[in-house]
Amino acid sequence: MADTSMLVRHPLETRRTLLAELSAELDGVALELEAPLAAVDLRLDPAGPGPAAVAEVAGGPLPPQPDTWTGLAAGQALRLGPDEWLLTSAAARPEDWEFGLDEAAAPFGGAAVDVSAQRTTVRVRGASARPLLASGCAIDLRPASFPRGRCAQTLLGQAGVLLVALADDDLQLFVRPSFAGYVVDWLVDAAQEFRRPS
Amino acid sequence: MQLIACPWCGPREEIEFSYGGQAAVAYPADPASLSDEQWARFVFFRDNPKGPFAERWVHSAGCRRWFGAVRDTRTYEFLSVGPLSATTARTSVLPEATP
Repeated sequence: MADTSMLVRHPLETRRTLLAELSAELDGVALELEAPLAAVDLRLDPAGPGPAAVAEVAGGPLPPQPDTWTGLAAGQALRLGPDEWLLTSAAARPEDWEFGLDEAAAPFGGAAVDVSAQRTTVRVRGASARPLLASGCAIDLRPASFPRGRCAQTLLGQAGVLLVALADDDLQLFVRPSFAGYVVDWLVDAAQEFRRPS
Repeated sequence: MQLIACPWCGPREEIEFSYGGQAAVAYPADPASLSDEQWARFVFFRDNPKGPFAERWVHSAGCRRWFGAVRDTRTYEFLSVGPLSATTARTSVLPEATP
């Protein structure tokens, strides 16, 4: 029987203290690693009754607009494409999360696949979080055009990321684990100009 | 950098997109009956107009969706974007059959 006692660790666990130390020296920026989430990629016809049925299982409505997210009971529903959503949960086990959503989506021709290991999350907080990200990201990150509730798949530096606006001074970054080292290196480098004057 | 208006995500930088070649190239009705030359013409030969050109693009760094676009090859200006099914009538690149 498989050993289920192993804990899922953040791929950048070894840099957690380094990021905390750096954040203490920065003015208006804090970089943090987030706890691993259960994540499911949902493909479903957006026009039919499917999204409403899945929403009941997910614990919150699926976002109807492109590039937006809505809150679920213990996670988020992020719209990735016309017929694609990313549903995360901080509470459920990945296999349960996938199973429940897939059962709800299947009658409507949809499918839910566990992609918990596909992305890892980094949190960028603080008043200077947006200027920091804007130095490597082409989309308009000013709060007026990227307010809370928006998300966007785009490039940060050279890496593809999913940017999520949680608040004006709080952004979440989904990135593939193999690119996470590069993205955090990039963030640490870009954050140097926000160092507190000593 | 040039912005391309993805039908789903809105205007994004060109670097996020990949080019998919000429749009609406009709698949041969009876592939088995084609000569090698006709098959090569279907696989490799594409229009190269000077002016508006119907093309396929994919937003590979964003929503990963394919869409059709009409681009002016002289100015690189995107004249329109839309779903692939809407890009002009399907055109055949096959030569007219010779009796």
